[in-house]
Amino acid sequence: MKKEHKLVSYAKWGYIFIAPFFIVYLVFSLIPLISTFVYSFFEYSDSGLSGATMEFAGLKNYTDLFTMGSSYNNGQISILSYAGNTMIMWIMGAVPQLLFSLILAVIFTSARLKIKGQRFFKTVIYMPNLIMAAAFAMLFWALFQFGGPIDAAFDWVGDASQGKFDFFKNIWSERTLVAVINFIMWFGNTTILLMAGIMGIDQSLFEAASIDGATSWQVFRKVTIPLLMPIMVYVVITSLIGGLQMFDVPQILTNRGGTLNGSKTLIMYLNDFVTNKQYGVAGAVSVLVFIITGILSMIVFKTMNTGDKPKKKAK
Amino acid sequence: MGTTHISTGETKSSRAKTTAARVLSYAFLILVTLIALFPLYLLLINSTRSHVEIGEKFSILPSTSFITNFKSATMSGGLLRGIINSFIISASASILSCYFSAMTAYGIHVYDFKLKKFAFTFIMVIMMIPTQISAVGFVNLVFNLNLNDTFVPLIVPSIAAPAVFFYMKQYIESSMPLEVIEAARVDGSNEFRTFNTIALPMLKPAIAVQLIFAFTSAWNNYFIPMLIIERPENKTVPMLIATLRSDVASGGAAADRGNLYMSIVIAIIPIVIVYIFISKHIVQGVALGAVKG
Repeated sequence: MKKEHKLVSYAKWGYIFIAPFFIVYLVFSLIPLISTFVYSFFEYSDSGLSGATMEFAGLKNYTDLFTMGSSYNNGQISILSYAGNTMIMWIMGAVPQLLFSLILAVIFTSARLKIKGQRFFKTVIYMPNLIMAAAFAMLFWALFQFGGPIDAAFDWVGDASQGKFDFFKNIWSERTLVAVINFIMWFGNTTILLMAGIMGIDQSLFEAASIDGATSWQVFRKVTIPLLMPIMVYVVITSLIGGLQMFDVPQILTNRGGTLNGSKTLIMYLNDFVTNKQYGVAGAVSVLVFIITGILSMIVFKTMNTGDKPKKKAK
Repeated sequence: MGTTHISTGETKSSRAKTTAARVLSYAFLILVTLIALFPLYLLLINSTRSHVEIGEKFSILPSTSFITNFKSATMSGGLLRGIINSFIISASASILSCYFSAMTAYGIHVYDFKLKKFAFTFIMVIMMIPTQISAVGFVNLVFNLNLNDTFVPLIVPSIAAPAVFFYMKQYIESSMPLEVIEAARVDGSNEFRTFNTIALPMLKPAIAVQLIFAFTSAWNNYFIPMLIIERPENKTVPMLIATLRSDVASGGAAADRGNLYMSIVIAIIPIVIVYIFISKHIVQGVALGAVKG
């Protein structure tokens, strides 16, 4: 009888303990999320003094989004070219990142190499991840600008008006710098995740392969890579989700889009609409990014649940 | 690792191969160390050089203008004000998010209630949603509540931090025996006291890691403050950093390159110093896979 009573009152405590989290989430995240969706179906205009008006617009914001051209890109549809920019810069950073991280993870976990000073190396390669992206971007701008240290080091760099190469007057050098920053910021993080993945693989498989006379390369290709696949998919897709949110670095490095807006990303586009109070179209961009992220997240959950990795590595 | 015994009976050539592989590995590790550190190194070096020196020639050696640059970067007071603002926001946000996420994780782990499973699944689902995409609704809400240009919208929402919750939940599952809580109940401790005085101290290592992550992400946050904060005296460090470029273009203080680098140093270095002291826990924390997103 007493026990029964206890169970009931404890359940109440469960709700009390989780209440702050859920109330705050409801007010500051869920309601904004839903109202963002609602805005995407309305024509919003804020004429200043008379206040804001909203009128139902159906799918107009969405159709507008896919017809609005960029004055820069020969009238090419803006959202598509910005989505393209985002993908290009993500790939330019993510491919070398994955390659470096994979090599590093194998080096760190190799029983044959027995690398010393692992803690030092891991500490150093992870550090850029904690550095303010805004400051990192500003640093690269300061280093590569006309009159900066790179200009001082090489004759062929400098003021474009004197026929020299200016890093911030060329789409591809701007995109490359964005990718380089993202690479430096994230390869340490990816390395640690892949290492955790490799260490999660049953060690006896490596031993068995060695006893059977497999070379390191064979072990890597036939044992490590296949067993690491679920983690790799996880890493690639979370990196892609992160890539879709790319904002701080290109925004500051290229001063809102750079040469011919060639480094403008989806979220930078969204940011333009929000700051201009074009909430309807901004909502439509948000919904699109939400849908893409949702699909990608579903793939993550699927791969994490099918690969029978230990739970702790699943998100 | 359990594979060391294989090396017994290695032939001479395979030992030579291992040595070669080891040399290559160290070379690669040194390369990535340089990649990770070189930009920061150049930053520090240039923060000690004067405007003229930086423009004249490239150098990897420090010079003597550190104090001058520091003075000119902090002279106007804007940057120091920004650091105080950022510190208030980041400290409050990280403490709130750790405390309430731990509380939520504890609530879901310790108590049995009907919506327990739903609550957990719900948080796992929302973990992947990028904050930027609800920006439109968030900005409107903030303006409707008259909270624009205040720190409230930058602090309070951090109470609901799904990633911190997830980490805490993992940690509680692996390290908190329910018997301890039972024992506290028998001793007559009420539920809140049990959480505050018995559970929280047990979570110290997890809280330390997440405090740093939460602090760093608030400190580095640029997108949301930019939409909320208006007056110059309320600006945070990333917002001030973002204005350096236009400041250079308009011939403002940052047009002095020494000052420009010093401002970046001031924004970055506090985090780097804290990181160096607790890096071990951080790296382990990332390995738990709970940090991304």
